[in-house]
Amino acid sequence: MSQLDNYAPVGKPALLTVEHLTMRFGGLVAIDDLSFTAHERDITALIGPNGAGKTTVFNCLTGFYKPTVGRITMKREGQDYLLEQMEGFRITRLAGVARTFQNIRLFSGMTVFENLIVAQHNHLMNASMFSIAGLLGLPRYRSAEKEAIELAKFWLHKTGLYERADNPASSLPYGAQRRLEIARAMCTKPRLLCLDEPAAGLNPKESGELNDLLLSIRTDQGIGVLLIEHDMSVVMKISDHVVVLDYGRKISDGAPYDVRNDENVIKAYLGEDEDEDLPPEIAADVGMQP
Amino acid sequence: MMDYFLQQLINGLTLGAVYGLIAIGYTMVYGIIGMINFAHGEIFMIGSFISLISFLILSSIGAFSAVFAILIVLLVTMIFTAVFGWSVERIAYRPLRDSFKLAPLISAIGMSIFLQSFVQVFQGARPKPLQPIMHGGIKLLEHDGFAVQISYLQIIIILLTVGLMIGFTAVIQQTPLGRSQRACEQDRTMAALLGVNVDRTISLTFVMGAALAAVAGLMFTLYYGVIDFFIGFLAGVKAFTAAVLGGIGSLPGAMLGGVLIGLIEAFWSAYFSIAYKDVAVFMVLVLVLIFRPTGLLGRPEVEKV
Amino acid sequence: MAGFKTAALPREGLSGAFLSALATAVVVLVLTIPTVGLKTDESGGSLIVTRHFDTVAWLVGLAFVGRLVMSLFMARRAVKPGEQKKAGPSAMDRFAAAVARNGTKIGAVGLVIAVLLPFVTSNYLIDFGTNVLIYVMLGWGLNIVVGLAGLLDLGYVAFYAVGAYTVALLATNVGLGFWACLPLAGLFAAAFGVVLGFPVLRLRGDYLAIVTLGFGEIIRLVLLNWQNVTNGPNGIGGIPRPTLFGLPFAAHSATGPTFAEFFGLEFSPSQRFIFLYFVILALALLTNFFTIRMRRLPVGRAWEALREDEIACRAIGINATNIKLSAFAIGAMFAGFAGSFFATRLGFISPESFTFTESATILAIVVLGGMGSQLGVVLAAIMLVSLNEAGRWFSFLGDIALYRPLIYGGAMVVIMLVRPRGLLAHRQPSILLHGSDGPKESLVPNDGLAASTGELP
Repeated sequence: MSQLDNYAPVGKPALLTVEHLTMRFGGLVAIDDLSFTAHERDITALIGPNGAGKTTVFNCLTGFYKPTVGRITMKREGQDYLLEQMEGFRITRLAGVARTFQNIRLFSGMTVFENLIVAQHNHLMNASMFSIAGLLGLPRYRSAEKEAIELAKFWLHKTGLYERADNPASSLPYGAQRRLEIARAMCTKPRLLCLDEPAAGLNPKESGELNDLLLSIRTDQGIGVLLIEHDMSVVMKISDHVVVLDYGRKISDGAPYDVRNDENVIKAYLGEDEDEDLPPEIAADVGMQP
Repeated sequence: MMDYFLQQLINGLTLGAVYGLIAIGYTMVYGIIGMINFAHGEIFMIGSFISLISFLILSSIGAFSAVFAILIVLLVTMIFTAVFGWSVERIAYRPLRDSFKLAPLISAIGMSIFLQSFVQVFQGARPKPLQPIMHGGIKLLEHDGFAVQISYLQIIIILLTVGLMIGFTAVIQQTPLGRSQRACEQDRTMAALLGVNVDRTISLTFVMGAALAAVAGLMFTLYYGVIDFFIGFLAGVKAFTAAVLGGIGSLPGAMLGGVLIGLIEAFWSAYFSIAYKDVAVFMVLVLVLIFRPTGLLGRPEVEKV
Repeated sequence: MAGFKTAALPREGLSGAFLSALATAVVVLVLTIPTVGLKTDESGGSLIVTRHFDTVAWLVGLAFVGRLVMSLFMARRAVKPGEQKKAGPSAMDRFAAAVARNGTKIGAVGLVIAVLLPFVTSNYLIDFGTNVLIYVMLGWGLNIVVGLAGLLDLGYVAFYAVGAYTVALLATNVGLGFWACLPLAGLFAAAFGVVLGFPVLRLRGDYLAIVTLGFGEIIRLVLLNWQNVTNGPNGIGGIPRPTLFGLPFAAHSATGPTFAEFFGLEFSPSQRFIFLYFVILALALLTNFFTIRMRRLPVGRAWEALREDEIACRAIGINATNIKLSAFAIGAMFAGFAGSFFATRLGFISPESFTFTESATILAIVVLGGMGSQLGVVLAAIMLVSLNEAGRWFSFLGDIALYRPLIYGGAMVVIMLVRPRGLLAHRQPSILLHGSDGPKESLVPNDGLAASTGELP
């Protein structure tokens, strides 16, 4: 049995290192001794069958769960942050990890634009000196607000939401809500962007636009992306690095091409004996030649 | 010393039985629709008024044996109060099940104020006394002129509560209704898909909760001999504290919490200060919610993201 | 989950409406027979039951007619099969939106009326206006907590009490004047807010509600029982009235000139009424100004974001506890200011003024007017205070103050059923990219926020 664990990109230092991560809920082991590394300027995809523990990994990374065992190290500007010891909001604020949610969580009564301004809360809060500078309208706060507006505008253009900036977030169509959630995460100025199934529910056109957006975030912004995704066409097309989970364990880890030919992965997705009877569309989905 | 302690223990248990019965209503409703039924204390208060009125009517008709009178009043009170429980859910909660998160809470508070004021307007604000229905008791101990006594009334209250608890647990565990209830607690959508009549199940939960609160109201009327339109507020908060202390959502927890709160109140009044007995109970509520929000027998909630 | 709501489907036609009205009438009959029809009355030292079945008949009849009218009304509005249901905003939504858009203008007109009121009316109306303004201020303060931050606080009156007792104790024991006490009262109430809020603000919404209720009662019971300091149920009297830069509003003063003497006016008690009126008007305006400003600052936006989705807030790096705490403390501070005014206005306070009923009244004002709507609070405060006085204005209404809780309790339920965000609820964005005439879609439907729950089901 080969277990791929051989991804070592040149010139891209490690950004996020997960070591021996284990998460138990009572008797249930959701993640079992998982180790992997996400690199700078890389799109790392975390894939696996339903219930493999992918979202649980995200929740551990972003402080919603405290892992039972393990260490999660995030590098930012030469400093190491141990995420498993930090409160959720500090992980975003200090370590620069931003995330989206599987079932979109927007501030739905607020406008699209407000969503992006709120995301720059910490920066603006410092500038407003606990609201005092803000209440008095000091220049220091005004210039910070201007910058925040510019950043928000940048991401509105980037995600094609500029025209709808003053609409309530809840009035956007589904695909636009997904993009807004990504824009909101980017407005926190992260080093690592964690996306939980961003392509779920998108049509092929939207899915293609999403690919472009993610590639641009990686290449133009130089930000690491960690991605949970079921849509293999997205995964295979844009990721640089794929980590495969099954029942909370890592079963494969490598470049997309290597992973998709790994027998462990094929087995996990299709079961032991069914390789031969593979329906063509599923085979295409996992990237196998029938 | 020991006698005094024993006497307080008996008093506390009696009080605890009353709180426990109300607490079950909170815990069941919370279990099934995940909201605090703020109006539940008022349902209890209405139960106590209906029982008072029934007693007065019975005594004006003529002589009944005390036990027989209590049984009749019990039945009448449970039925009428249950209709109140049903109506409250139907009017104030059901239409708001999918509304924004503060709406059902505010509606419940409005309902509570409404019911309290309703009784005040139509029954008057003065305290309502009731002549004792039942006298006497059993002397358990006598020592230096201090007797530890358990009154017949206390015996009836405790026995009735234990009986109701047993019957009730059987209903939840063994009948189709109980199964539907547990199904709705787990996942309302799925239960509906599998053919459980969710609306009816929730209605019946309110009806059962109200019927138990009615029993508690009856006991309160008999035990204290005086009621007013305001008793639902304090009793409601205390019973809610009991439900949280026991672990909200857990039936045995509600009963355990009720008994503990009854004992805390009795002993606090006896040994510390009667003026601050309510403060003591409120402090318990605050401390439990801060340090152990799942209560003694509750299951921890895992936050889903 | 929406798909499984068995909406109260209007049964077809007139006979269906009749049947459901009949069913309602029967339920009301069962509800009212023991509670209304049989009334306990005192007679010669013991209770007797008197019969009032005429009232029952009235109530049952009312329920029958009411339900019938409602069914017919709903049937008229119901969508005919095959016809697309229009999801457009209702008339009330449009009205609320128009009010919100013209908020500044309406506010300015209101302000002019409020400033002129004392000069054109009687002492009675000035007193009435002062009462309204106290509730307006409390409503605006609570609106920060409930309307903006979405934290249901059922013990708001506790901070009102802290403010009032701070003034009473400082004035009678230390000899400070009202103006020296005022900021201290606000600070002290805010400190109470922080101390009480810190441990409990992590709790879910409904737990928070009941804990705040508990705190409110604890504070009241302590005030009631801590005889040495608070004088228990007898309360504290002799609280000094506010002065205008040291000029008292009295006929004579031993320490210096009075207001009337200084300005060469003839003394009249209404001068004091007017002065008090302007003090509370200024305090209320301060609250309003502060709230409007805060909404456009990071903290204010974070309050609203928190109300929308707490988990998302954490994911963008907002420290939810601190933000909640700031809302709680600021709300408490304004209650403290209002409390200090209350103390100095009456010159006497006792725990009786700080019961749960008072908290419920303030909450009702916020809820009825429209959570987050400053004008809505004013409207609701006027309605509620008028309800107290209506019996005096229209003698045929009788002792309507007795029915006050009945009315606003019922109104809270009804408003939640028909307009869950309150009468004038309409959210204006705190910042616009395209300006007010930029491209915009139709307004948010009133329950547009329904889908978001900060907590999990």
